[in-house]
Formats: sequence, structure tokens, C-alpha cells
Amino acid sequence: MKPSKQSTSGGLNDDIGETKRLALYRSQVRLREAEQRAFDLFLQNLVKGTSHLSLGQEAIAAGFAEAMQKGDLSFCTYRGHAHTLARGVPVEKVLGELMQRDNGLMRGKGGSMHLTSEEHGVMGSYAIIGAHLPIACGAAWRAQYKGHKDVSVCFFGDGTTNIGAFHEALNFAVVWKLPVVFVCENNLYMEYTPISEVTAVPHPAADRAAAYGLERIIIDGNDADVVYRTAQAAFAKARAGEGPTLIECLTYRHSGHSRADPAKYRPEGELEKWKERDPVIVYRERLKQFGVSEDTIAGIDAEVRREVDDATEACKAAPMPQLDILTTDVYADGGWAWRN
Amino acid sequence: MAELTYREAVARGIAQEMSRDPDVVFLGEDVAKAGGVFKATVGLYEQFGPLRVRDTPISEQAILGAAMGAAMTGLKPIAEIMFSDFIAVCFDYIANEFPKSRYMSNGQTKCPLVVRTGNGAGSRFGAQHSQSVENWCMMIPGLKVVAPSTPRDVIGLLAAAVRDPDPVIFFEHKSLYAVKGEVPDGEIVDTLGTAKIVRPGKDATILALALMVPRALAAAEKLQSEHGIDVEVIDVRSLVPLDTQTILNSVGRTHRLFTVEENPRLCGWGAEIVSIVADEAFYDLDGPPVRITTPHIPLPAADILEDVVLPTVDRIAETVKRSLNS
Ligand SMILES: Cc1ncc(C[n+]2csc(CCOP(=O)(O)OP(=O)(O)O)c2C)c(N)n1
Repeated sequence: MKPSKQSTSGGLNDDIGETKRLALYRSQVRLREAEQRAFDLFLQNLVKGTSHLSLGQEAIAAGFAEAMQKGDLSFCTYRGHAHTLARGVPVEKVLGELMQRDNGLMRGKGGSMHLTSEEHGVMGSYAIIGAHLPIACGAAWRAQYKGHKDVSVCFFGDGTTNIGAFHEALNFAVVWKLPVVFVCENNLYMEYTPISEVTAVPHPAADRAAAYGLERIIIDGNDADVVYRTAQAAFAKARAGEGPTLIECLTYRHSGHSRADPAKYRPEGELEKWKERDPVIVYRERLKQFGVSEDTIAGIDAEVRREVDDATEACKAAPMPQLDILTTDVYADGGWAWRN
Repeated sequence: MAELTYREAVARGIAQEMSRDPDVVFLGEDVAKAGGVFKATVGLYEQFGPLRVRDTPISEQAILGAAMGAAMTGLKPIAEIMFSDFIAVCFDYIANEFPKSRYMSNGQTKCPLVVRTGNGAGSRFGAQHSQSVENWCMMIPGLKVVAPSTPRDVIGLLAAAVRDPDPVIFFEHKSLYAVKGEVPDGEIVDTLGTAKIVRPGKDATILALALMVPRALAAAEKLQSEHGIDVEVIDVRSLVPLDTQTILNSVGRTHRLFTVEENPRLCGWGAEIVSIVADEAFYDLDGPPVRITTPHIPLPAADILEDVVLPTVDRIAETVKRSLNS
């Protein structure tokens, strides 16, 4: 049996380099600021419906997206704001969709749980648990069949590991040796229930890897360097035709499951403990250790804030969607007619 | 012109499309080396090789999910679900994923794939391997639903389905696989959403689908020879898109409407068509439309039981005669 890969710190070796490090930092701050803004706008009743934030999980989205190349495909869940933004989708497009405006990514037809931006390789956000794992396999199959080198990356939560599609997709991907990377964001909770109370093994993804002939990989999901390195290795393996990887990232969501959830089920002190390892703060400290100046860091913070502020104002000023889009794009001819 | 069985027509239809377009790929359980449990895909693996004709694990969700991911990114997959009853196992893809992707993304994504599946009763397989489930799919915005009744139409409609930019559920009837029919040589491509008048007549219109088409035709012959009643029979062929015009025109000529459905009565497709005709051609009707269906029960296994629940030639003829005379 292969040993378990355990890593808790990025360490101080500088294989990543300053340019990439600054990009990883900027990305995490951008996800944090945009999602915090989404929450503020919700309190002002400008974001309606539901929304699922991934505050505290930014290192995973940023680390994977920074390791992806143009043409690689992301498949995410309803908790997909960060993964969508991390691929470079403008904040205005995402906030516009959350605010149900005509400038939104899908002009209000998708909503928070269905962010999609094909031009950025964001192939959809899926709100039925587990559905997108087999879909990511199919996209990877196309790459394999066509001899393309892109990788399909599929993000999902710990709760997803108990649904049939997870197991079907893993077996399928291994048997067909597909260039797909499965990323479990283990934030300790499914909806409101601790994953440990409803799962037969302590590590819901990694402990099942062996059942599919895969390596058991558990990483610190709050350290963007660790995530970035792990992602690079998995993508290299996929591009070399060596098949799928399953990665369990340990992390924690700072807010409740969705905007309706105050997360009262969490034991006292748990959130505080995890906040000490807030990925954005951890990374800011790391930059300083590498000699990045306070000014540079403050500059990035200010730029990101301006981007989010501008996006917010643009969305507030944007019109609501026109009703004439209601019946468009049901079928490929652009319409909705099912009969003549 | 050649005489082909319906099952041979399936393989020929897939081969026609795979020869034409290298992006057409085919996957399912036992479909490649074994040639399919109904032997409907024999020879494809030998002809197109293991990269394009692929055996899968028993993983209905993975089969349809992978077909969708491949379709979204540029391939044209044909996926087989062995028995249509098993669509329930992967219904998420049919109900939530394929048909909604384009709409939810405001037109960014597409899902051009075909799900082929063995539908219908007559093989004494019992309640979990015999259902007609086209109505499960018909109600979902974004899907197309097709069910051919002849070997020729299998090829023409399958080609149309593969070339269609929307997801299409293609219902093959298990009890038709052995039926033979004349098939012209060369490429055959139909248009989805075209019903066919398979027997012209003036006294009544019978709408039928798949296995019920030959039964409706036999009932029409019986009505003609025994009672001098001349009925028109329409093979609906495609439920979505639906060729409403051919149906309304026919009712405008015959003034009476009968539907013959294999699915259980409740929410069967005939109800939808009757409702359209009542809305749009009520004054063309000389009497109430009549639905001939399977009762609202699971399908029993024994011959004697299964035979009486499906609409039979005699039941169709008897119902039409009684309704026209009353
Ligand atoms: C098939 C299905 N069952 C139940 C739900 C309701 N649901 C939405 S999110 C969720 C919890 C998912 O937990 P996890 O996979 O750990 O993801 P996380 O929310 O932690 O990112 C549940 C049960 C659903 N969307 N789909």
C-alpha cells in the first residue's frame, strides 16, 4: 500500500516564485472580498434567492485555478462563486447574476447556484449533489479521444462522497484512465450535519481512494502553496495520460451552509480555531516572510477592493433582465417550441 | 432496397452516423464486444474500434453524465441505457442536467447527445423491464423524444437524432427488434417532428407510437374488411417535437380521434394530444376523442396477463367500431 501523503505547510522553499505567489494572494483576496460583498448585498436585500459562500476555503479555488492552463475545464457545485471567479470571470458578472441583473453571467436565468462561463472554462455549477463528477469524466473523455491536453477539474464537498455518482465516476475515470482531477473540499460539514456522523471512514474521499486503485491524498486546503503544488502534480499526471487523481483538501467554511444558515450546530471555539488558520491571513504572512513589502500587499488589497466596489456600483446601476429572455434557449434553435 | 430487422437497422443507423462524423462515439453496458443484450449493436465494435464503441461499467449515472460532458465539449455521443426502466436510475441527467444546461447558462452550453433505450412490453419480463416510459421524458422542457416503429424509420430518425443539436431520448421498442421491413439503400435521414400517415382513411384518425403502430394498422384492416370502416392511421414517431399540424389536419378530414398508447393511462401522451385537439379543433370533432391505453397498473409477467393489459388489435378495432356506432 502506498503511504499517505500528508502535508501541513508550504514551507519556505521557493519553487513557486514571487510572481505566482502574488497571483495566488491576489486571487484569494479577490474571492474573499467578492464573497464578503455578496454577503453585504444580501443583508441589503440586493442579493436574493439562496447563495452558498466559501469564505475560508479560498486557498483551494485559488490554488487549483492558478495551476490550471487556458482550456482546462472547471466543474463546480452550487458553492461555485470562488471557483468561477478564480478562473478570471469578472466580479461584475458574478455579482450581477447574484443581484439578478441583466449584466449577470447568465442574465438572471441561472442564479447563484448555476454560474457558468464557457469562455473561461467554467463548465457549469451543478446543484444536484454529485451530478457533475460523471459529467467531468465525459469532458475528460473528449480530451482523451481528441488527443487534447486539457484537464477537467471537478470540485465537490465531503457530503458528496456518499452519493452513488461519486463512486460511479471514480471507477469510470480509473477504468478509462481519464484526464480528470477530483477535488474534495472537506469542510467537515455536509449541510448542517458533521460529515463524521454520516460517513463510514474518517476521510470521506481519501479513505475510499484505494477502492478505485488510487493514491490516498490528503492536503492542507488552507495553504494555497500546498494546494497549488498538489494541483500541478495531478495535472501533470493527467496530461501525461496517466489517469485521474482524487485529492481531499482539509478546510473549513467560515459562514453557514447557505445564507439561511447561522451555523448554530458548530461546537464552541471551532470557528475561532480555524480562523487562526484563515488562508488569506496565512498567505499574507507568508508573503512577508518572503520579503514582499507591506506596500505591495496593501496595493493588491486596495486594487481588489476597487474592483469589487466598481463591480458593485455597476450592478446596482444595471437594469433587471428583460422578460423576452424567458423563453429563449430552451432548445438549440433559440426558442422553446416543442410542437408545430 | 434490403430487408432488415429493426435490430439490424439500429446497428446500421449508428454505423451510418459514425462513418459520417468522427465525433460520434457510442457507449453503454455490453454494447461493444458483446454487441448489446438485444444484439442491436452487433458489428460496431469490429467496425469502429475500442476508442469509439465502448463498454462501460454498470453505472447508469456515469454513462449519461459522461455522455453529457462529452457532448458539452464537442463530441456527439450515443449512450445506451439497456432497458428504459433503468432511466429511473439516472433520471437526474434526463430531468435536471441535459435539458436545463442550455437554458440555465443563457445559451452558453449545449448538449447534443442521444440516449437509446429498449422500451416497452411484450417480452414477459415483468414490471421492471417492460415499461413504456416515453411520457416520463416528454414532459421535460429541453428534451426531444422519439420512438420509431419500422426499421426504415429507426435509421432515419436515429440519424436525425444524432445530428440534432439538442438532447434526444430515442425509444426503441423491444418487441419490434425482430420485425423485418424494407429499407432503401444509401444514407437515410429523417426530420424530427414529422408524423407519418401510414394508412390514409376517411372515417376516423388513429394515432399510435412504436409497437402500437402495427397493431393500429392491423385493427384498421379488420375494421375495413369486417365493418367497412375506413380509418386513417398516423405513426406519431416523435413526441417532442410534435407534428401537431398533421394530426389536426387529419382530424379535420375524419372528424374522429383515437389514440393508442402502451403507457399506463394516467398522464400518457395521448392525453396531451387530446387536449391540443380539444383546444384547437373542437368543432372538427363529431364525437369525443377516445384514448386506448394500458390500465393504471404495473406490468404483469405472465403471457396471459401481459397480453390483456396492452392494447390489442381486437381491443382497438372494437373500441373504434363501438365509438363510431354510438
Ligand atoms: C442529490 C441532492 N441531495 C441533497 C441536496 C441538498 N443539499 C444541498 S447542499 C448539501 C450538502 C452538501 O455537502 P457537501 O457535499 O459537503 O458540500 P459543501 O456544501 O460542504 O460544499 C445538501 C444535502 C442536493 N442538492 N442534491
